[in-house]
Amino acid sequence: MRTTTPRRTTPRRSAPRRSVPRRLVAVAGCLSLGALLSGCGSALGDDPDTVDYWLWDANQQPAYQECADRFEERNPDLEIRIEQRGYDDYWNGLALGFVAESAPDVFTNHLSKYPEYVTRDLLLPLDEYVERDEVPLDIYEEGLADLWLGEDGLRYGLPKDWDAVGIFYDRATLAEAGVDESTLDELTWNPDDGGSYEELIARLTVDVNGVRGDEPGFDPGRVETYGLWLEMTDGFNHGQTQYAMYAYANGWQATDSNPWGREFHFDDPRFQETIAWWRGLIEKGYMPSFAAQRGVQSSDQLAAGNAALVTNGSWMTGTFFSYEGLDVGVAPTPIGPSGQRATMFNGLADSVYRGTDNPEAAWQWVRYLASPECQRIVGEHHVVFPAITEAWEIARGEFAADGVDVMPFTRHVEEGTTELFPITDHSSEIAALMQPALEAVMSGREPVESLNGVNEEINRLFE
Amino acid sequence: MATAAPTAPGAAGDDAPAPVDNPRPRWRGGETRAALLFVAPAMIGFLAFFAWPTLRGLYLSFTDYDLLTSADFSGLDNYRRLLEDEVFWNSLWVTLKYVVINISVQTFAALLLAVLIHRLTRSVVLRGIILLPYLISNVVVALLWYWMADYNLGVINEMLGWVGFDPVAFFGDESWSIPTLALVNVWRHLGYTALLIFAGLQMINRDVYEAAAVDGAGEVRIFFRITLPLLRPVMALVLVLTVIGSWQIFDTVAVTTQGGPVDATRVVQYYIYDQAFNRFDFGYASAISVVLFLILAGVALAQLKLLRADESDQS
Repeated sequence: MRTTTPRRTTPRRSAPRRSVPRRLVAVAGCLSLGALLSGCGSALGDDPDTVDYWLWDANQQPAYQECADRFEERNPDLEIRIEQRGYDDYWNGLALGFVAESAPDVFTNHLSKYPEYVTRDLLLPLDEYVERDEVPLDIYEEGLADLWLGEDGLRYGLPKDWDAVGIFYDRATLAEAGVDESTLDELTWNPDDGGSYEELIARLTVDVNGVRGDEPGFDPGRVETYGLWLEMTDGFNHGQTQYAMYAYANGWQATDSNPWGREFHFDDPRFQETIAWWRGLIEKGYMPSFAAQRGVQSSDQLAAGNAALVTNGSWMTGTFFSYEGLDVGVAPTPIGPSGQRATMFNGLADSVYRGTDNPEAAWQWVRYLASPECQRIVGEHHVVFPAITEAWEIARGEFAADGVDVMPFTRHVEEGTTELFPITDHSSEIAALMQPALEAVMSGREPVESLNGVNEEINRLFE
Repeated sequence: MATAAPTAPGAAGDDAPAPVDNPRPRWRGGETRAALLFVAPAMIGFLAFFAWPTLRGLYLSFTDYDLLTSADFSGLDNYRRLLEDEVFWNSLWVTLKYVVINISVQTFAALLLAVLIHRLTRSVVLRGIILLPYLISNVVVALLWYWMADYNLGVINEMLGWVGFDPVAFFGDESWSIPTLALVNVWRHLGYTALLIFAGLQMINRDVYEAAAVDGAGEVRIFFRITLPLLRPVMALVLVLTVIGSWQIFDTVAVTTQGGPVDATRVVQYYIYDQAFNRFDFGYASAISVVLFLILAGVALAQLKLLRADESDQS
């Protein structure tokens, strides 16, 4: 960090501040690592009055472009350059950008990634700026702003949005099965017999002979439509859209404390019985086998009639509702033994790269992104739910105008049934350990108890 | 370049009497300078992108470099860890399986294809068509097959269904995933390999075939007694190139299975990538790279020795 005392932006059109050796390093980095992967465009033609901003969701780019246009109108001496990259390439590009010191000035950050950036000193703490500009932090949905307080107590991002998990379904399939949609609001679940939730899943499962999962003569080996889809292709994200809503509703907690837990609970019986129940659906023929679910994403499977129910995040709402000829509905996650329903609650933020050429300009952009004005624009585009309460209410209204009731997501926030995404250090190592272990369990190769060993390995990372 | 070496010792100094037939030392002449000039771009590329990264990788393999903070020397720690790392040994085993399937099927099919082109057709269009899959990018090929072989929606399983087979999870089943990946890449590289072999076939003197035909040898006998022995140097080259390429399988895995199911397709290169770019453990990733480098160097040397690549049976 160059400036310890934040100061107002002054137009600097003259000499670039980046010294020659650093630029050489950047150029060399680009040459050796491949222009495709690293952020070379920004490294070579850097202008301190240009703020480079990265995001990964192409669906959200129009909203943020509109924010950028407004911002540029207000700050004629600054230019915002938005770059969108697919999720996987996004993080690789960032890592290489950090090495070549050409990372974007501001970027969309994820809770599973930022702790490792903090320990490596890559993010600019925003505390002084927040204090100086008296940015109100209570306008955001409760808890979202504090997710970005590092273990060191410093603030590394301002919240931009939140998400929750729900159950997407094909309304025609439900009608065929004679299921009243209003019953979906009061589904119950438990790890022993799956409750009314499993009854519904069984009812919606149909084998090749047209026999339903709850009828005699059902052939679990030859299923045409699965009651519930299993999707394990997205990498390990603490079961966000997979098992987290059941395990939390079963009273489980992922870590000893959150954020900054140092002990994971994958050995907890409440977790393991949830996974055992989940895997049991495969054996019963209600959910595709681990091998069979790899490939085309769950929303396509729903559209193709291979699945009746799909658990997925609110950010996928637009995708699910965009299939032609498919009439989609959303239901809330089921009520568990705890007496409550649950969802993982994840929020993104915008962070500033510590090596930015112009921290003041970067801060102004982050501050604008987190402002009611920009978040209202994001709400009007209604792809995700903005972090500010009044802005996500706009999104809810826009969804409703499209005929989409997003209450199954928003009720979690209103009823306080959200569980924060586990924020810990070592997240990439945890993912590397947990992903194959969970796959081994779900493919039936290892017993659920095998997760005890992995849990020990994970907890050793924190010693 | 080729002539410089023998003359150099005799023309080491300016005072030495110049040989009569060689008034000026060649290596100081314009020819050498031009030669060096021509070699320079390749040499700079080699030094910058191969030699230097190799040396630096070797150095990093003895450190705990994590990409973003400076590297501290850690001695043999990475190599000790490697010995105990089951995922690493599994990745070697998985890669070996891939290489064996990929190379055996590909070489056999390419040889057959090349002989067929050689003996049956002179059509340039046909040769062009055979090369087509090679012109498509690896990622596109991988994704196309990924979708075609999808368990639920893929056209391959649809067709299997017509003839009464149950669907197969080509990419999702632990026992199927490696053969599937290997065959996808056979499909892509077959034409290219066949053309390499075909070029070798064209170097074989036609007289030999005529003589064999006069002596009454059939096609099969001609293949085993003439074509195959005379093709040996070319086959050696092709095998060394394809085997080394095959060991470096990465892109197909990266865009389809990403190492799974479980660790069934976690090939060495993907594991290296995973350690380096997902977990920032560059020191350890470098150590695995060094081991892979040694294995490949050994494989290449062994192949060249076994196939006596520098000799030809054709005289």
